[in-house]
Amino acid sequence: MGIEGVGARVARKEDKRFITGAGRYVDDMVVPGMKHAAFVRSPHAHAQIKKIDVKKAKAMPGVIGVLTGKELKADGIGNLICGWMIHSKDGTPMKMGAWSPLAFDKVRYVGDAVVIVVAETKGQARDAAEAVDITYKELKAVVDAPKALERSAPQIHLEADGNLIFDWELGDSTATNAAIKAAAHVTRMKIVNNRLVPNAMEPRAALGHYDKAEDHYTCWTTSQNPHVARLVMSAFYNVAPENKLRVIAPDVGGGFGSKIFIYPEEIICLWASKKTGVPVKWVADRTESFLTDAHGRDHVSTVEMAFDKDNRITGLKVDTIANFGAYMSLFSSSVPTYLYATLLSGQYDIPAIHANVRAVYTNTAPVDAYRGAGRPEATYLLERTMETAARELGVSPAELRRKNFITSFPHQTPVIMNYDAGDYGASLDAAMKASDYAGFAKRKADAVKRGKLRGIGMSCYIEACGIAPSAAVGSLGAGVGLWESAEVRVNAVGTIEVLTGSHSHGQGHETTFAQLVNERFGVPIDSVSIVHGDTDKVQMGMGTYGSRSGAVGMSAIVKALDKVEAKAKKIAAHLLEADEGDIVIENGALKVAGTDKNVPWFQMALAAYTAHNLPGGMEPGLKETAFYDPSNFTFPAGCYICEVEIDPETGVTEIVQFVAADDFGNIINPMIVEGQVHGGIAQGVGQALLEGAHYDASGQLLTASYMDYTMPRADDLPSFKISTSNTPCPGNPLGIKGCGEAGAIGSPPAVINAITDAIGITDIAMPASPSTVWAAIRATTKH
Amino acid sequence: MSDISLTVNGRRVSGAAEDRTLLVHFLRENLGLTGTHVGCDTSQCGACVVHVDGKAVKSCTMLAVQASGSSVVTIEGLADGADLHPVQAAFKEHHGLQCGFCTPGMIMAATDMIARHPEGLDEATVRAELEGNICRCTGYHNIVKAILAASKTMAKGSKGKARQAA
Repeated sequence: MGIEGVGARVARKEDKRFITGAGRYVDDMVVPGMKHAAFVRSPHAHAQIKKIDVKKAKAMPGVIGVLTGKELKADGIGNLICGWMIHSKDGTPMKMGAWSPLAFDKVRYVGDAVVIVVAETKGQARDAAEAVDITYKELKAVVDAPKALERSAPQIHLEADGNLIFDWELGDSTATNAAIKAAAHVTRMKIVNNRLVPNAMEPRAALGHYDKAEDHYTCWTTSQNPHVARLVMSAFYNVAPENKLRVIAPDVGGGFGSKIFIYPEEIICLWASKKTGVPVKWVADRTESFLTDAHGRDHVSTVEMAFDKDNRITGLKVDTIANFGAYMSLFSSSVPTYLYATLLSGQYDIPAIHANVRAVYTNTAPVDAYRGAGRPEATYLLERTMETAARELGVSPAELRRKNFITSFPHQTPVIMNYDAGDYGASLDAAMKASDYAGFAKRKADAVKRGKLRGIGMSCYIEACGIAPSAAVGSLGAGVGLWESAEVRVNAVGTIEVLTGSHSHGQGHETTFAQLVNERFGVPIDSVSIVHGDTDKVQMGMGTYGSRSGAVGMSAIVKALDKVEAKAKKIAAHLLEADEGDIVIENGALKVAGTDKNVPWFQMALAAYTAHNLPGGMEPGLKETAFYDPSNFTFPAGCYICEVEIDPETGVTEIVQFVAADDFGNIINPMIVEGQVHGGIAQGVGQALLEGAHYDASGQLLTASYMDYTMPRADDLPSFKISTSNTPCPGNPLGIKGCGEAGAIGSPPAVINAITDAIGITDIAMPASPSTVWAAIRATTKH
Repeated sequence: MSDISLTVNGRRVSGAAEDRTLLVHFLRENLGLTGTHVGCDTSQCGACVVHVDGKAVKSCTMLAVQASGSSVVTIEGLADGADLHPVQAAFKEHHGLQCGFCTPGMIMAATDMIARHPEGLDEATVRAELEGNICRCTGYHNIVKAILAASKTMAKGSKGKARQAA
């Protein structure tokens, strides 16, 4: 490993612009003649639109255009769609209701966009939006998924009878029921996974520019996957054909899933730019983000876990109701199905599993992937149940887990996944050691003396990353392939551009991807530029989500580097009059192994472009392209231990230590991996202790600002003790598993297991806020 | 509309803006200083922190006209030419940023925090003082580390300068 190579703790190249205020986010973009948009949004959770009167708004100062859904529909702009087909167990396809970018007949959640106003200034656009007069006929709303399935619930979409989108199952129901019947012990729980708002710090934004002379559109947007945005806007929303639509996702201020999806606003800004003849920029304010960004989680489940007399798990039965909100967001259907039920085996050897999932419409914001996407829900369900089972069986939570660990690989679970590598015992041992698990009893006794309740909880998670071979996801209903592309351009002076379909919105690709090139060719990372986020520059790519940029995005780069290396060696062999098999690349030069004959890297590159002296028949230039399709998911796993101290007088929970022991396979830059874990844990702790999206019964979002929705702040969290172990992933050339989501997946059950341990109760609702904890303590007989 | 004139990053600037214009919007839209960010509507997130007359201020809590006559430093004006400010350098060295959106506000808040604590900082103080700045990426772990490191570097630097002066 060189100082800038694979495995090195290299400071980030991209930091310079961010720490000096020179980052370029969508809201920083200015196009000549650009005007500003504001949306008129539904104040009701469920209502018919009786009349839209825009006369007064059109007469307001600075107003350029006021446009409605009828005009949008008349221009042939298509409905938003969900791109992953799920079939119910009776064989019928999922029941997708129509989602017009601008609602024209009915609104289905508070925040549903109805009218766009374009004006000279943002202030004027907002003033005019206030003057749009919409007459609604309010309808009964439902926000709670189980209630939406009741007969008395209002019908939200005509297409989905009883608000049921699909009723899907996975696994062997008969075998699982038999295991439960024959069990020595069955642990039963109801598990609620609370609804969250992703809250990337940069609010969503879009700038649409229609160039009349060229009949061409450009969209700057806060996207994790600009090519997918272009594809979907072309193929389904009829904005423009792909060759006439350029999508640019410049610096993007965090995504966490919420910026995967194509939302109404970017479609409407492009369309409105053509309608009004001016470039149109929209930037969400924070309350708009709370109301309209796709939310995460929101599952209600029941679980039965069966054990034999030796405390081995013999079966797992899960029934889940997933709240999808008012419309099916782009990948919503994949989250509680193939990203959830397929992970219900966890780290355990479970012979029989059956999961049933019902997806339900409600009058709330659409729900889709949020950091972890399905895997946090599976992990929470499983690890809360394991903890409860250990308490019921009177055995140590660590030993119950260890007894049931999968220990030989590959391991085929009963729910599709084939785990390729892992060492779950190693992570458990590392976490127990780092947390001084053995010393907990003494720490608890000390806390009692101080009048505090102390608890410890663990969570052994597994996740599936990279997102899988395209053919496999295609067979499961995905509308897209999940490969990645790369192009490596060696310039005539030997510097290198890597064009990638992955998108960095905080992950540090400009550094880690360059490290990969440095490792291969010895070129300093300063001479390697990573280009991403622009459909005009980069060939088709699939973007960043599911911790896939390392395992899939970098593997594509490796394939392109292989091709570059092969050609470079041929050129060098020709120049050095040596056999190409004898050429090695060392310290920035191509050498004949075992001799001092060499040609410096830049000279070889120059030779490729002067083409004066190339091997016979070789094309000039040095540029290669590759597409990489993974052969399997990757399976990062680990063990998290959380220790809490609770003040019984106030219900305030302090996390006194948090330990993470992860196995991410091989690592390119440990500093960046640690940062991913820190951030993931903070989001998981946020879910467990602080965060929750709350709608009242009428469908008003009560937590629509940072005054009401509790974001984790610096003083809510401790410094984390983290470590990694490594069983390399056999499925990709780099042995990488991925690290982006682990923290958010593994941490919530560890926190709640610790709190319930401290209080001596079976369950507590997330977020375990001080009032919830205080009430739980009061409800126990001890206090 | 009001005429506004102030010093920003050492340069005299003036412009006209609606009375309701917030300082942050004046900086971003009139002056093109887009390093100062807007992350919320309720003065909670701290992405817009700048220094007004030497104090950290959320520039969304202040009208541009209120800042008329003041001296404002934004993230663009923090470095000394090509030399990064020690807090900027520490954020890079300790990986105190990921997406970079909260970073300008974090750095401006941190420089102010260090200046207000010449006695030095500890982790609990840094965490408590960061209460007005939200980061969604880092879990604060490396931000805290960076601020503690910068505080130490700056303490050494000021001692060095004091010795030089003596």
